[in-house]
Amino acid sequence: MPTDPDAVPHEKPSREPRPPVPPSRREFLRSAALFTGTALALGGGLELLTRRPGAVSSEEAPELARPARPLGPYDTSEPVTPYGQATTYNNFYELGVSKDDPARNASALQVRPWTVEIDGEVEKPVTVDIDKLQSWFPLEDRIYRMRCVEGWSMVMPWLGFPLAALLRRVQPTGEARYVKFTAINDPQHLPGQQEPILDWPYVEGLRLDEAMHPLTFMAMGLDGKVLLPQSGAPLRLAVPWKYGFKSIKSVVRITLTASQPQTTWSLAAPDEYGFYANVNPAVPHPRWSQATERRIGELRRRDTLPFNGYAEQVAGLYKGMDLRRFY
Amino acid sequence: MTSSPASPGPGTPDPLPPRRPTPRASLDWLVPAVTVGGLLPAAVLILDALGGALGANPVQRALHQTGQLALIVLLLSLVCTPLRRLTGWTWPARVRKALGLLAFFYALLHFAIYLFDHDFAPGLVLADVLERPFITAGFTALLLLVPLALTSTPQSVRRLGFARWTRLHQLVYASACLGALHYWWGVKKDHTSPLLAALALAALLAARWLWPAGRSRAGRRATSR
Repeated sequence: MPTDPDAVPHEKPSREPRPPVPPSRREFLRSAALFTGTALALGGGLELLTRRPGAVSSEEAPELARPARPLGPYDTSEPVTPYGQATTYNNFYELGVSKDDPARNASALQVRPWTVEIDGEVEKPVTVDIDKLQSWFPLEDRIYRMRCVEGWSMVMPWLGFPLAALLRRVQPTGEARYVKFTAINDPQHLPGQQEPILDWPYVEGLRLDEAMHPLTFMAMGLDGKVLLPQSGAPLRLAVPWKYGFKSIKSVVRITLTASQPQTTWSLAAPDEYGFYANVNPAVPHPRWSQATERRIGELRRRDTLPFNGYAEQVAGLYKGMDLRRFY
Repeated sequence: MTSSPASPGPGTPDPLPPRRPTPRASLDWLVPAVTVGGLLPAAVLILDALGGALGANPVQRALHQTGQLALIVLLLSLVCTPLRRLTGWTWPARVRKALGLLAFFYALLHFAIYLFDHDFAPGLVLADVLERPFITAGFTALLLLVPLALTSTPQSVRRLGFARWTRLHQLVYASACLGALHYWWGVKKDHTSPLLAALALAALLAARWLWPAGRSRAGRRATSR
């Protein structure tokens, strides 16, 4: 039992006059100050450790010229995610692990000059400047649902061109079975790449028939504007029926291969992230169900659709495959 | 404004006149200050939510923040005993209960937001608790805090007896370990924060082993008087 020093009997007679009023008021003020100081110190300390207010909309990007057109066969008419939210809530570990890091660290990603190398099992390998690459194809709008493996989703109005158009141009050889994508590797500038969070550079892959599917899209713009770094500038993949991590950002190299490439997330956590990563409400993530999702901007969850709602277009690609095994 | 040590039991002759507390001794402001300070993050969270300052996924942000608060405040409550033993101060023991109840409050809030996140659908929640170790650990950590919160009154100590009450409240160690594990599993990459929490917890448990109850400096000081 610890001893309170004040508990030592005091010898002073109890007849001693009571202390005058001023000390008691001083004591009250002292207590009030200690109360306020302690409450603010504890509350402030907890806030410092845990509070991270949401990022506010980032800078505007230059407009990107494109023809106006009606919705195409692959679009969705669902309300588009507000630009400010789509550009401040991002997974792009090269620019940081938390959702608002990519917008905050966007300036670390230098998007010009930028070249893209297309090689491997192709007749006409090419290394092309990004601006020249853009002039090869007329930019199209595609409004796609995007479902993250973490259980949230957005509706993204991409601007770009189908990957198939690019692949046809370089002419895959008969050996080509897969397409491997490699993202920017610049540990000197990219804060996330200075940490061993993942095996850098980020690598993703598709089967050739998936890559040639008309839905598979290379985006260079969002919402009528040039892609911002946090969205994967200057060139990113968009595969709307797969979880978002398949849609690699800031691509510098596209390699056609004969065998299935090793991909970043399936190496980092093979039990959680498969090569196919088709959106599938029936196959849960080890830590959460994939049956529902939250559309960014909405409070309640909604049901997740097989192949993210694109089953009619893509289910045929996986005929005869056990999608629990090939998750 | 006054604080006095436990008065002698009835029947005991009181050899001394009631002690007039010296102004310095008053710590009556301490528990209210800890309670108000501990609740400040909840108030700021509500203001942030109303002001739309929680970002694009407010439910997830609130879920993460309340979970972190629950674990941090629970760790703070585990600081009290070793700190008292090490220093001989009595005030850490005074704030321990408030911190424990605050941790329970944030754990409950965290669970309530999780339930909201799952549309309060019992099927979804039950599947999560039964099938996913990540959720099982977090849910168990919360369950273990329930009997502790329910027996946090002085009457409970009396009813259970101090020894049994103490044994029951050792559940807090299991709860904190499961909470730290839940945090570790909940993070996809970059385990810095969960690692820091686990290390802090390990240090706090080690401190109890280094300075066990009977051999505290304060105790030694007391016996040497």
